[in-house]
Amino acid sequence: MNSFALADCSTVEAALSQLKDGAVVKAGGVDLLDRMKNGTDTPARLVNIRNIAALRGIHPTDQGLTIGALTTLAEVADDPTIRSQYTLLADACGHAATPHIRNMATLGGNLLQQLQCWYYRSADFQCLRKGKDICFAFSGLNQYHAIMDYGGCPSVAPSSGAVALLALDASVELTSAARGKRTVAIKDFYVQPDANPHRFHVMADDELLTAIHIPKLAPGTRSAYQKYGEKESHDWAIADAGILLEMDGNICRRAVVAMGAASPVVRRSHEAEAVLTGKPITPETARAAGKASMTNAMPLSMNGYKVQLFPVAIYRTVLLAAGQMDRDPSAAG
Amino acid sequence: MSQHQTPPKDLPEAPSTALTPAGITRRGFLKGAGITAAGTALIEGVQVFQREAVAAAPQNVKEFGPEPFPVTLQINGKAHALQIEPRTTLAEALRIQLNMTGTKVSCDRGVCSSCTVWLDKMPVNSCMTLAIDAVGHHVTTIEGISAADEMHPVQAAFVRHDALQCGFCTPGMVMSCAALLEKNPHPTEADVRYAVSGNLCRCGTYPKVFAATLDAAGQLASKA
Ligand SMILES: Cc1cc2nc3c(=O)[nH]c(=O)nc-3n(C[C@H](O)[C@H](O)[C@H](O)COP(=O)(O)OP(=O)(O)OC[C@H]3O[C@@H](n4cnc5c(N)ncnc54)[C@H](O)[C@@H]3O)c2cc1C
Ligand code: SF4
Ligand code: FES
Ligand code: FES
Repeated sequence: MNSFALADCSTVEAALSQLKDGAVVKAGGVDLLDRMKNGTDTPARLVNIRNIAALRGIHPTDQGLTIGALTTLAEVADDPTIRSQYTLLADACGHAATPHIRNMATLGGNLLQQLQCWYYRSADFQCLRKGKDICFAFSGLNQYHAIMDYGGCPSVAPSSGAVALLALDASVELTSAARGKRTVAIKDFYVQPDANPHRFHVMADDELLTAIHIPKLAPGTRSAYQKYGEKESHDWAIADAGILLEMDGNICRRAVVAMGAASPVVRRSHEAEAVLTGKPITPETARAAGKASMTNAMPLSMNGYKVQLFPVAIYRTVLLAAGQMDRDPSAAG
Repeated sequence: MSQHQTPPKDLPEAPSTALTPAGITRRGFLKGAGITAAGTALIEGVQVFQREAVAAAPQNVKEFGPEPFPVTLQINGKAHALQIEPRTTLAEALRIQLNMTGTKVSCDRGVCSSCTVWLDKMPVNSCMTLAIDAVGHHVTTIEGISAADEMHPVQAAFVRHDALQCGFCTPGMVMSCAALLEKNPHPTEADVRYAVSGNLCRCGTYPKVFAATLDAAGQLASKA
């Protein structure tokens, strides 16, 4: 790691006053320190927000739920309200990474973590995302890369939390000293690589992600998230599914099918959702939804297996959300 | 190592800067200086003075580094004064500066949990924790969970069940299992599996780790 100065801040105002001259925010540090150890990032100054108590905690509001950006993944996963009402968020945070990482990693940092493409994480490769005009993954090793919507960069969305929050219609609160607070929906927060390969999200350098807002759920909502990995823990998803079903008795009034490891930005499969909407949830409709989710798949040379895996992940997670199947013992975490 | 982080085989290795912070060479000189909070304030003052850019640092911002500065870490119930840089990880402070080598570093990336220590009884990866973030918390390492010459019940159970082979993952594994018993004295095997799901053991000792931890839980319960 390069040598750097650190400004340890105890309030949001103090941290905002330090966001200048290329200073980089550190929350849990799990993603940032990895990039610094790899030598891809060499900031001269870190702004440590880890000790800002005001950014921690889970608060029910009139509109739904507000989660402070520094709340850890373990705290989100263990919260009784989130477990019972926003089950897929507890599932996503409780199965991301390892138990000890979940004790350190913050939900804000989870949403802001950068790509896991191994070329991107190596200081030896300068690709599209680092200002050059080449991607090494198309002709190189791409078994963990995207199968749809990738344009010029097929690295996949790494955040499990974002899959759940997209399905929940959540938004993030961004705060700057100059402009105050603004709220951006998760669906508008991330930037497609073809729109701008140098930006992952719309947050400005002088902004802090201060909170996550989740709206109240419609009556009869059930949800689940499952992540499939190469190993039980230790790793990011190779396929994942965040499912939210608004049920009217036996009939699914509204369905959300969200995916992370398929594309560079977390996405919903409107094809899969259309299959479920207005129908009863059965093994047949769940299987048809899984199949529909792969309508636009364009796998790369080494990741055709994902086109088989995603439909299974969606099928099993739809049934898990509907209470018709147990959690898949072969899912990761 | 993580699948996503292992560079493809035919690629050159990324240069490793891990475990060689520049400040370490100075530790002999500074070791045992016994500087505590007052000393920290003094040295910080000097550093702020030296760097005009931060001279106007507002309240609620404390400046550290990049030069080494003194801190006191509470480790296994004892205060340790040492010099760290902002980039010094807790694992480096423990192993290199304090010579507490019971805590192992394997991946140095948060993947394997062999570097597990407790921050206020919560298991974390010391390789991904900056030492400065441990200031003000109680750190417990594998050296600190046993009382005098008596092994911790989890350690004793690991011996009885032969729950280690090469032993490199073992300190981290013991810290994860002992942390579980602190939180949940009556775990099921599923609880133990979940608690060590981040601890990589390439020797495959998992079944014995599960048995040893459940045995230790029973021993603790019968003592209580
Ligand atoms: C072995 C392993 C497996 C993993 N598996 C998964 C997985 O399956 N799913 C998953 O989702 N994640 C996974 N992760 C990633 C992990 O969840 C993230 O690294 C972690 O959540 C990042 O949170 P942090 O608080 O440590 O962020 P940091 O590293 O502190 O920050 C991440 C980035 O966000 C910026 N930042 C952080 N907080 C703020 C804020 N409030 N305002 C403005 N900027 C901010 C920082 O500048 C930095 O660039 C894994 C990690 C490891 C090591
Ligand atoms: S997939 Fe994206 S991040 Fe990876 S090498 Fe290609 S452009 Fe870079
Ligand atoms: S050494 Fe592997 S997690 Fe720290
Ligand atoms: S005993 Fe060898 S790695 Fe676990």
